[in-house]
Amino acid sequence: MDSYSKILKNGLWENNQAFVALLGLCPLLAVSNTVINGLVLGLATTLTLVLSNTVVSLIRHQVGSEIRLPVFVLIIASIVTTIELIMNSYFYELYLILGIFIPLIVTNCSIIGRAEAFASKNPVGASFIDGFGMGLGFTAALVILGAMREVLGSGTLFANADLMFGDAAKDMVIYVISDYEGFLLAILPPGAFIGLGLLIALKNVIDKRLSKPASQSVSLSMDAKKA
Amino acid sequence: MSDSRSVLIKSGWVLGLFSFIGIGLVSLTYSVTHEKIAENERLFILKNLRELVPGTLHDNDLLADTLQIAQAKEFAGKHPVTIYRALKNKKLVAIIAAPTAPDGYNGSIKLLVAIKENGELIGVRAVSHHETPGLGDAIDTNKSDWIHAFNGRSLSNPPIRSWHVKKDGGDFDQFTGATVTPRAVVKAVLKTLQYYQANHSNLAKIDG
Ligand SMILES: Cc1cc2nc3c(=O)[nH]c(=O)nc-3n(C[C@H](O)[C@H](O)[C@H](O)COP(=O)(O)O)c2cc1C
Repeated sequence: MDSYSKILKNGLWENNQAFVALLGLCPLLAVSNTVINGLVLGLATTLTLVLSNTVVSLIRHQVGSEIRLPVFVLIIASIVTTIELIMNSYFYELYLILGIFIPLIVTNCSIIGRAEAFASKNPVGASFIDGFGMGLGFTAALVILGAMREVLGSGTLFANADLMFGDAAKDMVIYVISDYEGFLLAILPPGAFIGLGLLIALKNVIDKRLSKPASQSVSLSMDAKKA
Repeated sequence: MSDSRSVLIKSGWVLGLFSFIGIGLVSLTYSVTHEKIAENERLFILKNLRELVPGTLHDNDLLADTLQIAQAKEFAGKHPVTIYRALKNKKLVAIIAAPTAPDGYNGSIKLLVAIKENGELIGVRAVSHHETPGLGDAIDTNKSDWIHAFNGRSLSNPPIRSWHVKKDGGDFDQFTGATVTPRAVVKAVLKTLQYYQANHSNLAKIDG
């Protein structure tokens, strides 16, 4: 079945939750000030998406449409609270940095969005892949935006990696620009909006480029017919 | 009629079942993690305290010997202040107070203020705050050296009238484009020193 790869591609590119669906913008804009912050929130969101999609798909025949949404909310909230407790016990310092944004994963509309639009109508395997693809797409957006803002804003990449990977990762910090004064706008919220806008524009340009050859060949064949 | 009733009752059961499973999952995780979380919080506080008062200076358990000051007039804030006492041979060598500066640019700034027995500052740290990155966050030790300017200061060094930022005619630097944050910190440190001076004999009293 090549539909799995289609589902993955849908999550990563065609229906990317951050760049196309424009969902989950609150955590996206707030947490994307460094690569590591973005990566951690992205992975936590991906885990939530995979688990919630899988569970929702498993129970899709048992739960009537009247109580579907409250049950989804219960499932998502339980999963997120569990992830929060686990992070709090094993990645305490990261937990302190991301703070409120971990519990707020509950309110990321792309999670209930995927539960409702996909997992409640599709088999478990496909729902799992959909959660994974959507999560990775969201993570990619967070990491790319985080990298842009971190380099422009503080001149570094992978700062605080040791909080995630342990002390060995202290040397992972790359000083892209040495003796950098910092560019405040990139770190502050306006930088997040501007950065996201630029990335969406870039994606649209790429999409246009990709679709051009196809449309050209179509018009060529039309010409050929006429001739 | 009875049909829609049975649907309603079934829905209630299903909803109840999922609430039950959800609560079970969260409770289970909590029971597995809560000890580790409490330990994390303890170690985190201890790490911050150790930075100011190293273990060689005292022989008691800092986290066990604490006082809670609910409403000291010197602090004037609504936040209670925790005071950790460092003792050696049952004599006070230093205290670390954890006051909150209520008037940061983006809300409260939680501080640790370590004072030697003689009223001289060992040092000050900002442990949690929401000041603007790039402006107010220069109070963090990994962003600038500013907060080390308190080391060795006391109520007579500089004299009390100079316990302000330079812009207000005092002795302490402000940051470029950010005066609110340092102003709040200087004020809170001064209040802590004054509290220590006024309550020194109480704080130095060791019972048992
Ligand atoms: C978006 C923004 C964030 C700011 N964040 C801080 C801050 O965190 N700390 C601070 O002291 N000043 C901050 N300022 C600057 C203050 O508004 C103020 O101009 C500066 O502290 C000088 O205060 P003064 O005129 O009372 O000396 C910020 C200003 C803006 C526009």
